[in-house]
This record gives sequence, C-alpha cells and structure tokens, in this order.
Amino acid sequence: MDEFLLSRIQFATNITFHILFPTITISLGWLLLFFKWRYSRTQEYLWMELYFYFTKVFALSFSLGVVSGVTMSFQFGTNWPGYMNTVGNIAGPLLAYEVLTAFFLEATFLGVMLYGFRRVPAWFHSLSTFLVAGGTTLSAFWILALDSWMQTPTGHVMIDGVAHAESWWDIVFNPSMPYRLFHTLIGSGLTVAFLAAGLLAYRYLKGDKRPAVLTGLKTTIILAAILGPLQGIVGDLHGVNTRDYQPQKLAAMEALWESEEGAPFVLFAIPDEENRENHMEIAIPKLGSLIITRDPNGHVQGLNDFEGENPRVGPVFWSFRVMLGVGGLMIATAFLGLYLLWKKRGWPPFFLKLLLAMTFSGWVGSVAGWYVTEIGRQPWLVTGILKTKDAVADLPPEHVAVTLTAYLVTYSILLVAYIGSLFYLSRKEIATPSKELAAS
Amino acid sequence: MNSDFFQNGEWLPFVFAFLIGLSMLLYAVLDGYDIGVGLLSRSVSSEQRDRMIASIGPFWDANETWLVLGVGLLLVAFPAAHGVVLTNLYLPVALMMIALIFRGVSFDFRKKVAPEAQAKWNHIFFWSSLGIALSQGYMLGRFMIGFQIGLISELFAIFFGLLVVAGYALMGSCWLIMKTEGELQKKSISWAKRAILIMVAGALLSSAVAPFVDTRIYDRMFSFPEITLLIAMPLISVILTLLMRFILAILPLEGDRLNWMPFAISVSIFVLGFLGLVYSFYPYIIPGQLKIVEASAAPASLKVILIGTGVVLPFMVGYTALAYWIFRGKAQELRYD
Repeated sequence: MDEFLLSRIQFATNITFHILFPTITISLGWLLLFFKWRYSRTQEYLWMELYFYFTKVFALSFSLGVVSGVTMSFQFGTNWPGYMNTVGNIAGPLLAYEVLTAFFLEATFLGVMLYGFRRVPAWFHSLSTFLVAGGTTLSAFWILALDSWMQTPTGHVMIDGVAHAESWWDIVFNPSMPYRLFHTLIGSGLTVAFLAAGLLAYRYLKGDKRPAVLTGLKTTIILAAILGPLQGIVGDLHGVNTRDYQPQKLAAMEALWESEEGAPFVLFAIPDEENRENHMEIAIPKLGSLIITRDPNGHVQGLNDFEGENPRVGPVFWSFRVMLGVGGLMIATAFLGLYLLWKKRGWPPFFLKLLLAMTFSGWVGSVAGWYVTEIGRQPWLVTGILKTKDAVADLPPEHVAVTLTAYLVTYSILLVAYIGSLFYLSRKEIATPSKELAAS
Repeated sequence: MNSDFFQNGEWLPFVFAFLIGLSMLLYAVLDGYDIGVGLLSRSVSSEQRDRMIASIGPFWDANETWLVLGVGLLLVAFPAAHGVVLTNLYLPVALMMIALIFRGVSFDFRKKVAPEAQAKWNHIFFWSSLGIALSQGYMLGRFMIGFQIGLISELFAIFFGLLVVAGYALMGSCWLIMKTEGELQKKSISWAKRAILIMVAGALLSSAVAPFVDTRIYDRMFSFPEITLLIAMPLISVILTLLMRFILAILPLEGDRLNWMPFAISVSIFVLGFLGLVYSFYPYIIPGQLKIVEASAAPASLKVILIGTGVVLPFMVGYTALAYWIFRGKAQELRYD
C-alpha cells in the first residue's frame, strides 16, 4: 500500500473514532442542563440522581473526544500539508475560531462543572454547565461550517491556485451548511437519547427500578420520539440540497448510473464500478424521482454524467442504506415506547432488551451518515478546488503504517475500556442505595 | 522601517510569531506543571496519588488547549513552516499523540473502572506523562538544531528530552508544594530539591554544547553585543537557583507562608530558558531554514484571526483566572456532587 491510501485509512480511522464522542457530548450537555432545570423547578431529587449519573458518562466521553480531536488537528499538518497550503486562508480562521471561542470555554468550565459543585453557588454551577453545553455546540458550528465549505465552497476567489476569502458570510453560511448543521445536531440528540435509554434499560433489567430510572426512561423515549421524525424531515431537505449542489454524490447514494426521468428508488443492489451497472437490483419505480425532485417523473442525474469525478459507489450507497435503516428503527422504537407509555402498563422486558440492544445505534447511524457525506465528496477534498490525492504528504509509507497500527491498537483498547466503563458505572449505580446517593 | 511594513500588513507575521511563542510558552508552563505531577505519581501511596491528581484535575484540559492553539496558529499563519516541522517530526509527534491520548483518558478511567483495573490506569498515567515530556523535549532538541540528522544530533535531542522531563518534574513538585500539605508537601520539597539541580545542570550543559552542535548558534552567541546576554542569562539562572535552594531549605514555614515561591521561581526559570531559546534562532521560524517573513499566510486571513483573538482573549484570561480562583487553596478530593 502507498502512503496515500495509508494516510486516508489513518485519517478515516481517527475521524471515525473521534466523532463517536462529540456526537454524545454535544447533546448530553444540554440534557444535563435539562436535568438541573427540572430539579430546580420540581425539587425532586431524582433529577439530580440522573444529573450525577450522566455527568460521569459525560466526563468520560468528553475526555475521549478531546484527546482524539487533538490528534486530528495534528494530522492536518503531518499527513495532509497540501490541504493547508491550498485552502489554509479559509480553513485556518475557521479552525482558529473554534479553538478560541469554543475549546478554551468548554475545557475551563468543564472543570467547574465537574468538580465545582460544592465550591460555587448553584446558579454559577448551572451557568458553567450551560457554557460547557454551549461550547460543545459552538465547536460543532465552526467545524461543520468548515466541513460544509469543503463540500460546497462559496465566498472565495482562487489566486495562483490558492483560495483567498472574499466574503466570510458566504464561506460560513455556504449552501449546505445549515442542513448539515441541523442534521448533525439532531443526530447527536438521537444518539444521546438512545445511549441514555439503553443504559437506563440496563439498570432496570438488573433490578434497579427507582424513580430516577423510570423518569429517565420516559424522558429519553419522549426525546427520541420528537427528534426521530424531525430528523427525517431535515435529512430529506439535506438530500434535496445535495441534489442541487453535489449531484454526483446523490447519484452515488442512489446507485443511479444513467440520468433518468422517473428514477426508481433502489432498495438493494450490488453496484459494479467497472461495468458501471447494478447487479441483483431491487427497486421501487419512480420513488427516487419523487423523493429527490418532488415529482414522480422528475429528472435525476446519473453517475455517467460525472465519469472520473464521482465517488466510489458501493461505500456511499451502502452507508446511506445503513443510515436510513438505523433511522427507521429508531423512529419505530421511539413510537413503540410512546405507545407503551400511553398504555401505562410499565416496561415489558422485550422492549427494555430492544433499548439495550440499541444503546449505540446512534453511533452506527452517525458514522454511516458521515461516510455518505465524506466519501461522497471524493475524489475531491475540497469540491472543485483540491483533489484528495494532491494534498497528501510525501512520507515513507512504513512510517504511516507504523502510526496507523499504533492508532488502531490505541483506539481498540479505548473503545473496549469506554464501553466496559459505561456498564460498570451503571452496575455501581445500582449497588448504591438512593439514600447514600443523596448524602454523598 | 518603511511605511509598507504597516500598510501591506507585513507586521502581521511578527505578531503571529509572537502569539505562537506566547501560546507555546503558556503551554510549556501550564501543561508542564500538570505533566510534572504525573511524572511524580509513581512511588507514592494511593491516597497521595489521588490528592496529587486532584490538584490538577480541574485544570489539565484547559492547559492542554494551549498546545492546540499554538500548533493551530502555526498551521494557520505559517503553513509552510508547519508542514516542515510536522513532517520532519512525524514519528515523535505520533508518539506524543498516543501518550496524550492515554494520559487524557486515564484521568477518568483510573476512577471509573472496576477496582482491579485501577492500578493499570495509574501506570498508564505515569508512563504517558513520561512519554509526553520525553517526546516534547526530543522534538524541541531536533527543532533547535534545524532538524540536522546524525548521531550527535540524535544524542543532543535525547538529552533535551531528559532535560524537559527534569523541568516538568521541577514545576510539578513546586506546584504540589503550593497545593498540598503535611507528608506530601514535605515529599514535594525533596523532589523539588533534586529536580532543580538536574534541571539547571542540564540547562547549562546544553547551552554550552548547543553552539558546537550547530554553528549558527555559535555565530549568534559569540559575537558582540550578544556575548553580554550569553553571560547574563546563566548568571540570572544561577541566582534564581540559589534563591530556590534557600527557599526549599526553609520550607515549610509556619502558616504555610511563601508556599508559592518555589512555583514562581520555577516558572521564571522556564520563561528565561524559553527567551534564550527564541533568541538563539530569531528571526527564523525554522532555525536555519525559514524566516518568519518568508513563511506566512495571506494577510487578510491573518487579520480576521487577529480580530477574533483580540475580542476573545480578555474573556479567556478572565475565566481562566476565575477557574484558578474557584479551585484556590489546598487540593481537595475530586467529586462530582
């Protein structure tokens, strides 16, 4: 393997590992704030039990997000110097603003939020929690502005092959940015809703039926039932935006080779890059056009219009189907949960086991979604401006192989430790009686 | 200096070089003390270790962010220099990253895993702290001599790695003198006594050797009027060291007076050493290869960042100070509730 492929695999490994944790912390911060707010309104201690329990989950997730994020920021320089040399004038300020406005804020107030409960007044502790949640969200704003600009660049001029900023408004609020931002934020909310529901279901199944667990389950199910359909709508709008600005990505998502009026929606297929056709295709006629153009006979561009400029179809097509599948399963589960809440007959074991099985479903959905959008941008690193292969560093392949192996080992250890700790913490929580929790 | 200097934004690279230097110095001092605490966490009782880590728990994350800012600004303002630095240091950077990853998570894991696994994470905490200090010192050494290759350069860089370990351990022990009491404070005083000797001996030795490893440093140092500085810097260091020795000998005082003095002196020594380093290669951003003016990005983008920095910086200073004030005094047990 050459350094290009190795560097790509290494970056994909890092970004895949990294995104798991911000996906949790972005929304979990707000959920913690919600718990604190409910406590201040109701004075029911169960809200604080929920707060302290999920603070531990937050702290663990946050530290994993920080360390893997630092690694990524270094990799721009170590493996992809062409990126900064070409679009540094755009990417630089956006990354700098992320560090300046978000990283320091969240890192500093995280200390107060975690360890300052007895040292500061209650209002200031809530303010700290708010600033941590706000910081993580602001961080997401800047990084998604940059990622979206790489997808659909506007507001710049090219001088001697280097991008220069012309309108920062157009750069930040580029055409795909609002859709990607909301799609990601809602995805984070769903990830947290199912993570929290799964961990609480685990406690319930292990015999912990305290009010905090019941209230927590109810809260997260309602949250999932609100966000699920909302995500469907925003995702659909995001797709339409992709049709307008990145038609080659959309064609790959649908595995549509020839441009067509009344394109089908492909449920299953094995895309064949070489012969540019699908094998074993199962499709619903006209549905593709209906979704994409709002018209069953609408015109949809196929991959053959973009030969040499389109991403590999298989990974994009399949990631998209995984994302849709997980999303559908989430919505179905949330609505089943609502129905059970409405029936008021308690939580049946099969449903709790379903929730437990779906603890990390948000991770699967989020990663699949990111693969669609990032692999879908290939062969470009920045659409129309810089190809990925032109940005890679000229490193000895064996050096990249060494570091890639080290990262893979490190991340595997951490992932096992992280998941193990979450369930260990839940068991420890079960062993601690409510009274002690209140006193401690 | 002509008027173009101000009109064409030619001053911007120098402002950014200053900001990068400042971030790196703040990083070395702030993360330096908390990594130093990690270096000292090996042969102590588990109660003492908890207290030591409690003294840095609320701060380490923000401390580390200065590295992200410093390297980030280098990336943004001097992409060419950033590329040279990071591709030359590809493997040590990776080693530092892995160590940073393990250290960052061990703060949480060491208390959140099952009791039988906690010892493992305490080991990881120590070894990753050591890995970070060594790799940072090694990289600094390589950078200092313009990434020359060869056995002498390698040895020089490794020596610098050990020097940074001693320096961080010094700041860590001085931090603990300030933040702990009783047995642990006494232990910290004796750590500091040992670290200051190693640190200063190493610093003097490296200053003496550096001009011969790299002739540019020689030219720089042994010409008039620079030679006066060459004499002044070690002199001030020696005075500070003697002062430190004296303070350490009389501590702890009644009512814990002057417990902040060793930390203040150790920071001063660090700042002094840093200024000496910067002086030895200014106006180059990569010693011997790339000057500050040659390596910078477009002025328009730098201005955008500068405006943001100007607006945000006062808030950052404010809330950082606030955090240190909230967690003032002796370290207490870390708890969420």
